[in-house]
Amino acid sequence: MSNEHYAIEMLHITKRFPGIVANDDITLQLKPGEIHALLGENGAGKSTLMSVLFGLYQPEEGIIKKDGVEVTIRNPNDATALHIGMVHQHFKLVECFSVLDNIILGIEPTKAGFLRKAEAREKVMALSEKYGLHVDPDALIEDITVGMQQRTEILKMLYRDNEILIFDEPTAVLTPQEIDELMEIMRGLAREGKSILFISHKLNEIMSVADRCSVLRKGKYIGTVEVANTTKEELSRMMVGRDVEFVVHKDPAQPTDVVLDVEDITVASKMHSNNAVKNVSFKVRRGEIVCIAGIDGNGQTELVYGLTGLEPLKSGKVIMNGEDITKAPIRKRSVMGMSHIPEDRHKHGLVLDYPLEYNLVLQRYFEPEFTKCGFLRKANIRSYAERLIEQYDVRSGQGPITMARSMSGGNQQKAIVAREIDKNPELLIAVQPTRGLDVGAIEYIHKQIVAHRDSGKAVLLVSLELEEVMSLSDRILVMYEGEIVGELDPKTTTVEELGLYMAGAKRMEVQ
Amino acid sequence: MVLLLQYTLIFAAVLLLVALGGCFTEHSGVINIGLEGIMVMGALGGALVMRFLPYDASAATLATRFGMFGLVALASVAVGMLYSLLLAVASINFKADQTIVGTAMNLLGTAAATVIVKSMNTAANPDDHSSEIQYGGPKSAFISKFGTFELNWFVILAAVLLVVSIIVLYKTRFGLRLRACGEHPQAADSVGINVFKMRYAGVLISGFLGGLGGITYITVGVSLWKFENGVAGFGFLALAVMIFGAWDPIKIAGAAILFGLFRALGNVHAGIPFLASMEIPPAVYNMLPYIVSLIVLAFTSKKSRAPKAEGIPYDKGQR
Repeated sequence: MSNEHYAIEMLHITKRFPGIVANDDITLQLKPGEIHALLGENGAGKSTLMSVLFGLYQPEEGIIKKDGVEVTIRNPNDATALHIGMVHQHFKLVECFSVLDNIILGIEPTKAGFLRKAEAREKVMALSEKYGLHVDPDALIEDITVGMQQRTEILKMLYRDNEILIFDEPTAVLTPQEIDELMEIMRGLAREGKSILFISHKLNEIMSVADRCSVLRKGKYIGTVEVANTTKEELSRMMVGRDVEFVVHKDPAQPTDVVLDVEDITVASKMHSNNAVKNVSFKVRRGEIVCIAGIDGNGQTELVYGLTGLEPLKSGKVIMNGEDITKAPIRKRSVMGMSHIPEDRHKHGLVLDYPLEYNLVLQRYFEPEFTKCGFLRKANIRSYAERLIEQYDVRSGQGPITMARSMSGGNQQKAIVAREIDKNPELLIAVQPTRGLDVGAIEYIHKQIVAHRDSGKAVLLVSLELEEVMSLSDRILVMYEGEIVGELDPKTTTVEELGLYMAGAKRMEVQ
Repeated sequence: MVLLLQYTLIFAAVLLLVALGGCFTEHSGVINIGLEGIMVMGALGGALVMRFLPYDASAATLATRFGMFGLVALASVAVGMLYSLLLAVASINFKADQTIVGTAMNLLGTAAATVIVKSMNTAANPDDHSSEIQYGGPKSAFISKFGTFELNWFVILAAVLLVVSIIVLYKTRFGLRLRACGEHPQAADSVGINVFKMRYAGVLISGFLGGLGGITYITVGVSLWKFENGVAGFGFLALAVMIFGAWDPIKIAGAAILFGLFRALGNVHAGIPFLASMEIPPAVYNMLPYIVSLIVLAFTSKKSRAPKAEGIPYDKGQR
């Protein structure tokens, strides 16, 4: 194999951070024109490895070769000069600039320092035509969808004539349709001879689009396999280090008393003048998992805002355990036993510039266990945080004192889940609880949710992932354009039927 | 009325220059509260040139007048830029809190200028403890008279620099990169732009424009300037103009003229029969620009969108 030609090779890369070896002797070889997946759990070191390749970090050991020649990449400029480009997980786009300005930023065509946008525009239009990446070059980034922002990032790489394209978890932020489009775009790019590194922990996507797959686990290199000769099960075993169950095992639900009673609620929308939630009523009982299914943007977000008190209701009533909480403040709802795993973990889930331990007691710091005479009991907070970190396997560089901002997205999510479930709430409202997580963590969180139900508590789940909806819920309510258009039993319904309700093609009268 | 126009133009020019300076700094991602201090230091630089350079107003030709104007401007710019380096070093290299650095610069600016001028005066004449610099003669070098209307050349310079600023910010590579650093420095870094250099540039430009604003402001005086007065809060007024102008040079120009007009009323209200007849105490007119800025900002600052990353020291490691 020594005479095999590789577009890029990363040989024996080791990168250490304070308290953690992020990459431990990792080797990755990318062939020209292939789509090579890099698979690993949250915090396995995928992003670090790519940052090394892109020149954002310098490795302590190891070398990088391009077309068989050793190269040094000290900063993104070096990477660009070697025609390596990257779509970062969090887009690097200036929001108040136009698409065109973002694409040319850094390598602007100029004459005596003055921008020559007409020239740039021609090249961008030609590229977008060639690869089917349709964007309006004059639209501002803040006005376009996430999918279009991602296309802007791809165009940015193509505009720089990059040959090696790195996609860092590109599908995490996309809708299912956008994911399909992206897969098509990636195949097109590979056909044109570009080499693609595709970082993901979503096995289905890797199986569908990648040629080969390299697996990392806890900073170590596990192996590289041909995707055609492997299975989802094998990949997940390599990634997690044990067998993973894709099916959630649970006993039939035995619902008892009503915990949450939602009566005819309406919530205004921030986006348009129509109401986002229109006269919705439903009940959630002890011992059952009720799932709100629907395509993103059909009022699920606003419904949860209304229930949790983040937004006021326009009309209707919310009753929890017999008490009217329609106008209750958020603290009261929380103390009464409502937990909320929010959709946007950065906006509503964490104080990013607080250490992990403070984030873990955000809703409980005032309890006697954590406060005495108005002063925080730091020792108790520390030991509580350490217990949660241990129990829920939250990985971070420095344990309880790690800043939340410096943690990987998956571990931030685990921290929130730990905090919310550990409160042992009467009602758990979980919005996309497994978003951005790998299979091992998803399995764990699903088990926690089922266990919570089995302990006689109520769970309201909001999810966009059909698989999750089907496997986890005891009862499915489908939301379409702000209304509940169907109530389905996951044991008797099919994904296809659910899809028809979600698309608004079918509806039933729900009391 | 001529006097009102004359004063409006000169005050507007001051506010415009300084606010544009702030605008460049903030577009690069650094908050510049220290404009007031930069103005005082720039003014000191220019005033010293006028004080010590030999200049005979009666024998002046256009060439010597231009020379004087150029040297005064150059001195103000140089001292202003030098002083602004304080902000750059502290907030960019040492990642200090930009608001606190700026406040310190304001306190230091007026104080240092007063001490320097006083010790200079005392050294020349042991009985002189004033903080004044006389510049009556040299000042006439850059004043053109049209009847009773006096046109200060700095007004023209300000207008030219407005056009230059618009072009630099929106039509050049430098401007695009500068603004990217103030909005999303991580994005700028990822495409190979040196965020530190751009922020240095942003701060130094504010030293350049702030210094010019300072010298322009003190030439409003007849023949001398007391440095213990500093620049009477014009640096802060310029900040208000910048915010009201939404960090956009054209809107800033509009705001500067509006604020300049209110400030000019304080100087000339006695000469306008209608206003004089109302017998409002002069203090009220002097308060006007500040009161107007309070009211205007209370209503507009919420809508006005500041560069997103301003005030946050750039840290490569942050996600």
